[in-house]
Amino acid sequence: MSKRAAPAPVPERTPTDWKGAAMQKRIRRRYAAERRFKLFGMLAVILSAAFLAFLIATMVANGARGFTRSEVALDLDFPKMGLAVDRTHLSTPGADLALSGAGLQDKVEIAAESGGDHSLAANSAWITVRDAIKADPSILGGKRTIWVPASTALEMGARGEGTAAAQADASRLRSAGKLRTGFNWGFFTASNSNDPVAVGIWGALKGSLLTMLVTFLIAFPVGVLAAIYLEEYAPKNRWTDLIEVSINNLAAVPSIIFGLLGLAVFLGTWQIGGHSFGPLLPRSAAVVGGLTLALMIMPVIVIASRNAIKGVPPSIRDAALGIGASRIQVVFHHVLPLAMPGILTGTIIGMARALGETAPLLLIGMRAFIVTAPQGFTDPATVLPVQIFLWSDEVSRGFVEKTSAAIIVLLVFLLAMNGLAIYLRNKFETRW
Amino acid sequence: MTDATPLSTATATGHKMSARGVNVFYGDKQAIRDVSIDVDMDHVTAFIGPSGCGKSTFLRTLNRMNDTIASARVTGDIMLDGEDIYSSAMDVVQLRARVGMVFQKPNPFPKSIYENVAYGPRIHGLAASKVALDGIVEGSLRRAGLWDEVKDRLSDSGTALSGGQQQRLCIARAIAVDPEVILMDEPCSALDPIATAKIEELIHELRGRYAIVIVTHNMQQAARVSQKTAFFHLGQLVEYGDTDNIFTAPKQERTKDYITGRYG
Repeated sequence: MSKRAAPAPVPERTPTDWKGAAMQKRIRRRYAAERRFKLFGMLAVILSAAFLAFLIATMVANGARGFTRSEVALDLDFPKMGLAVDRTHLSTPGADLALSGAGLQDKVEIAAESGGDHSLAANSAWITVRDAIKADPSILGGKRTIWVPASTALEMGARGEGTAAAQADASRLRSAGKLRTGFNWGFFTASNSNDPVAVGIWGALKGSLLTMLVTFLIAFPVGVLAAIYLEEYAPKNRWTDLIEVSINNLAAVPSIIFGLLGLAVFLGTWQIGGHSFGPLLPRSAAVVGGLTLALMIMPVIVIASRNAIKGVPPSIRDAALGIGASRIQVVFHHVLPLAMPGILTGTIIGMARALGETAPLLLIGMRAFIVTAPQGFTDPATVLPVQIFLWSDEVSRGFVEKTSAAIIVLLVFLLAMNGLAIYLRNKFETRW
Repeated sequence: MTDATPLSTATATGHKMSARGVNVFYGDKQAIRDVSIDVDMDHVTAFIGPSGCGKSTFLRTLNRMNDTIASARVTGDIMLDGEDIYSSAMDVVQLRARVGMVFQKPNPFPKSIYENVAYGPRIHGLAASKVALDGIVEGSLRRAGLWDEVKDRLSDSGTALSGGQQQRLCIARAIAVDPEVILMDEPCSALDPIATAKIEELIHELRGRYAIVIVTHNMQQAARVSQKTAFFHLGQLVEYGDTDNIFTAPKQERTKDYITGRYG
């Protein structure tokens, strides 16, 4: 025991005046501060809600038209057209060639002339006619009325926009029952095109799905296993600290850098010992995009998974170890199931980020003009956000609403993924 | 650790577990100093002592739960039936099945009551069939005195039970893997007096079938449930003997001071 000094006498305090004027003022100031703080908070919420509402309203207003399409009825007098085509060819694979060789495109365009400086039918209208002929060659023997996509000018006219001539044409055709507007299913079944009337997002959507599949299959298992190793097995020393810092930094690296990495690793030519080989994978392919995005979101998954694993109470590990579970049994029977909601939430948020990513994919060539939907992981493909970027760059007026429509589709997908994340978290959440 | 001597004195003298000259270090800090003690099959052995005296640390060396702490280091010999449990020939997973553990805070798995008990037998392959597993689960729950309370809701979550029931579920879970020794680390410290009484009753019933070691800071509890008592202080085993003698005629001054409440 140390030697203690004699306690100093405590000076007597003057009694506090809890009811005094100074105290009342202090109370009023405190209430005012609380009201001010609440007001600022509400303003912040209202401001962000207003921005969100503005964004959604603009997109819906612009994009809603992208989901509708006008069709115009073309009266075609086939014998008069003078299509020099052998009908026996029409049921063979050479039919497309035979019809385009016979000048079908020009003839449909002539039939669609309005008399003004715009056409009534879209540039792709002859394809509709061609498909109709192929489906029933007998129509070549007489007159037929075929519904074909309306041109952008007529489409605008039908909405009361565009030139006066187009508006006049539209109202004339509509009153004659030769113009109709309906839901544009083609937007979900077609791919990219030069003609804004004929474009669709199916190619980009399928490209996105293939890319996301590759991303998930690589990033999820590797990220989760890395997190398990780092949390449950790795010794805590300077090296693991370094790895942790590196992963945190990697999660903050701008996405375009990952694009450069993907470009160099997967598409670059390698020089090793005088031999050059590569590129390892084809350009513009979903597999390259998927691998690049997997590199990008892996750190996010590792960090989310580590936090989820850390959140599992140690008592559960003790309980399992205490009855003789091996470490791998502890991890896979107890820790991982309990950490799963957090891991899934992190993964889906990472996947949503990958789904909306444009920059790295531009660098690996997924910005090509691709008219057919990719059939596999190595086919040239593009993805939704890149498609939006490309359309937003187009000059033609018709692409504006298609861009907004594609943005709506992308946002719906992102919302669906975030909704899924919330659902999974609630479903698997366990209390202990 | 010792060289391979097939039969050590521990087996020869019939002790279930014996520790000789055990030291435990956490990094540079020594938590346990030169502890030697024997645990017998037909006794409940209580470890008592003030907080931080190392009784829980020593308990956790008996089934190598300290292995999970990276900085922990154990020297000395600990034998289970004459086998050195820290030798490379000892499988730590099997050791922990043979030397079960019940923790301070009830920690059932967030699974059904049935799954809680069935998990151990399943991972050790103790049940050949579903029927056999059902039998083990029922037997373990009966032995833990919980069967009548839960038999109609085996599929309910183990975490939905009351604290005392959860702790008996944890005991059932330990029993289910057919251990030889059960270590209890302050099993009643999170429980109310009625639940505590049930656990103590249970310990009486389990005595003889399993060697039981219980850590407690409650001296009355040690006196009630144990036949042998070890008093730890500052990482040392101060006194070890029959519970009656420890509480009525302690040989050491420090034991006497603790038991009469002069510190602790």
